[in-house]
Amino acid sequence: MADSSFAPTAYHVREGGQGISLKVESYSLWYGAAQALWNVDMDVQKGLCTALIGPSGCGKSTLLRSMNRMNDLIDGLRTQGQMVIDGEPIYGSRIDVIALRKRMGMVFQKPNPFPMSITENVIYPLRVDGVTDRKLLAEAAEAALRGAALWDEVKSRLNESALGLSGGQQQRLCIARAIAGNPEVLLMDEPCSALDPIATAKIEELIDELKGRYTIIIVTHNMQQAARVADNTAFMYLGRLIEYGDTKAMFEKPLVKRTEDYLTGRFG
Amino acid sequence: MTQTTTAASGAAPTKPVVIRRQARSDLSARGEPFVWLMGAALVIGLTMILGFLAFVIYVGALTFWPSPIEVVTRADGRVVAGEVFRAERYRVPEEVVAAASDDVKAKIATDLGFADRTLYRVGNYDIFGEDFVWVSEFDKKSVAFPRDIYMIERVEWGPFIGRIKEIDLAGTKIADPSGAKVAAAHKAAEARRKEIERIDKVDIAGVNHEIEELRLKVRRGELDYGADSAEAAATKADVAKRTEALQVRYEALGRKVAALRQTDETYVATLEAIDGQTKTLPVSRFMRLYRANDLSSEEKFWIYGSRWAEFITGPPREANTEGGVFPALVGTLTMMVLLSLAVAPFGVVTALYLREYAKQGPLVSFIRICVNNLAGVPSIVYGVFGLGFFCYIVGGSVDQIFFPEKLPTPTFGSGGMLWASLTLALLTVPVVIVATEEALAAVPRTMREGSLACGASKWQTIWRIVLPRAAPGIMTGLILAMARGAGEVAPLMIVGVVKLAPELPVDFTFPFVHFERSFMHLGFHIYDVGFQSRNSEAGRPMVFVTTLLLISLVLMLNAFAIYVRNSLKRTYQTGQF
Repeated sequence: MADSSFAPTAYHVREGGQGISLKVESYSLWYGAAQALWNVDMDVQKGLCTALIGPSGCGKSTLLRSMNRMNDLIDGLRTQGQMVIDGEPIYGSRIDVIALRKRMGMVFQKPNPFPMSITENVIYPLRVDGVTDRKLLAEAAEAALRGAALWDEVKSRLNESALGLSGGQQQRLCIARAIAGNPEVLLMDEPCSALDPIATAKIEELIDELKGRYTIIIVTHNMQQAARVADNTAFMYLGRLIEYGDTKAMFEKPLVKRTEDYLTGRFG
Repeated sequence: MTQTTTAASGAAPTKPVVIRRQARSDLSARGEPFVWLMGAALVIGLTMILGFLAFVIYVGALTFWPSPIEVVTRADGRVVAGEVFRAERYRVPEEVVAAASDDVKAKIATDLGFADRTLYRVGNYDIFGEDFVWVSEFDKKSVAFPRDIYMIERVEWGPFIGRIKEIDLAGTKIADPSGAKVAAAHKAAEARRKEIERIDKVDIAGVNHEIEELRLKVRRGELDYGADSAEAAATKADVAKRTEALQVRYEALGRKVAALRQTDETYVATLEAIDGQTKTLPVSRFMRLYRANDLSSEEKFWIYGSRWAEFITGPPREANTEGGVFPALVGTLTMMVLLSLAVAPFGVVTALYLREYAKQGPLVSFIRICVNNLAGVPSIVYGVFGLGFFCYIVGGSVDQIFFPEKLPTPTFGSGGMLWASLTLALLTVPVVIVATEEALAAVPRTMREGSLACGASKWQTIWRIVLPRAAPGIMTGLILAMARGAGEVAPLMIVGVVKLAPELPVDFTFPFVHFERSFMHLGFHIYDVGFQSRNSEAGRPMVFVTTLLLISLVLMLNAFAIYVRNSLKRTYQTGQF
């Protein structure tokens, strides 16, 4: 499939006013011999919520997981190009990956609380940093749980196992865990795909509250969700970034034919 | 799809092939015979295991039950008294048949040359020279159960079966031995025997130990400063003075024992065997005596319980065929604990490296295959390795460096608790590695990713998330390893298990756990009692009782480990994953 079959990438991004948080510079990625991302260029606006949409296998999750180098775990992975967070490069031989990940919280498709108490789950990033001051930890736990709109539901059972929470609560706990480490960017990989509509609505509400404080990048296969929560939306197809722009404008009048086809459900 | 087919064939559409499916699936398709086969296999396996267990429990539990003593008068007038041990049908030898009377001959002939016979445990080995006597059914003239026949368990020479003629309590002669006076005398005698044992094993052994320590001190001084240095001479003089004091203590203890022994000699019983031979024995030589044919159920239970108590808490007697197995029990338990302590970290660390850090490739696959194959190496090979490597090379070096003054007597340079445990750890480590690797692989990827995304390092992720989550699986491996370790005897015989260990591997003298000592083991005890003793017939009941104890021990250890595993599971693995 030749590159020319794709229309050139169209940009019409809404500015957040705080500058650029994360910059993707002609980034390509291979799983062994198969190329999964082709020359992606993208500037993520600070303080806004950016959605990555596209059909299954288009590389949106791969792109997201490249941002905090979660893909490092995969054997036979090769990348080209660069990503930059606040002026600092993400790829390179001298990068401290652990320090990098501390700057970005991540929420996964399936809620993945650890087999510990609710409090211990939330303060896990601090425990990892070696914080032992009990008062500080308790405060951080409360702040993060309040930030994730979970405090009122769990404050009476903070020392019980996190595995006893409902799916939606577990996912909000994971969000609390992600923000407890005080990151700059929140990466969300289809955070609502395993949840029911009510839990989904709560998470979306939460995303709305959190943006501004954090730069949020969310992968979703639900176009309505993207329309509801995202300021900017990037549409990807077959490993390429096809169109990237202001969500409202893009959903009303896409500039690229392929984006329009996808948004109107003609393929996907 | 249809379109492509037509396009490919390029001709006019052919008639579609209709496959008519069977309305009913046949027997093999439904898998019914295979279910039966699997069920049958399971039933056969279970029956064998349960049958074995039932047999061991039956024989083992009945061994200590006091049985009555039959007094049999044979055709030629000789009398035999003993407990019925077992009975069987045998082919009567020609010469016996020839010597028998006519009606016996006729009876044997109608039974096609066979007859029944009973094995009696007659005891009195010191008088008769044999413990057991076969009596044929046709040879029995009469059988009686006289009430005055005693079963007397003695400290040595096995049981005595017969009557008590007279008891001489330091001059007071008593004919009837069932009175309270005799019981009190027996109790006092037993106390004296225990006191003598205590002085022998604790006090005198302690003095000997101190003398040995002093001798070693002189030797150390000679080694450190040279044989004719002033320091060595000073130590020698000091030690000589202290040894003298110890000698005095030693002699005092010896006198005490002699006095006790002398008192003992004045309390004696004259016993009469069933054939009239008599024997005089100090009362202190009796372990237990009862009228076998005159016991109430309550007394029987009491004897039964006291025999079990002696078995579990007492030392062995009579070349292990009587008495208890306490040293073997302690040895087995200590070894199992040491084995677990050694095998768990070793196996887990190896598996962690193999699964989490090593780059998966042909080399790691090869190593994995090797580890799996190690589990199949005959255990005696490990024993030989343990002797060569642990005892001789490692232990020998340890002796050279830390215990030069004791040489040429080896300290760690011969078989012992530590080397036996390490040999078994080596034997069972493949099981732990394989189980741990599987448990690690089963930790969901999402858990690791969640931890890494929080900024945890790989090691933090493993330590805080992966290992707790894999702990139940690791415990399973440990349980299997312990079960295998408990069942091994062959390698232990080479690296430290002995027939009779003078000292326990764990005791109250510093440093409390003596890794260098050789020890006794229940598995070896079974082999020894059953097949190595003077009289294997007498040892056979003990074989089953010891087997029962070993099985119970393994069962208890496993139950404990399973309990720990389940509580780990509750903590780390519940939830909706």
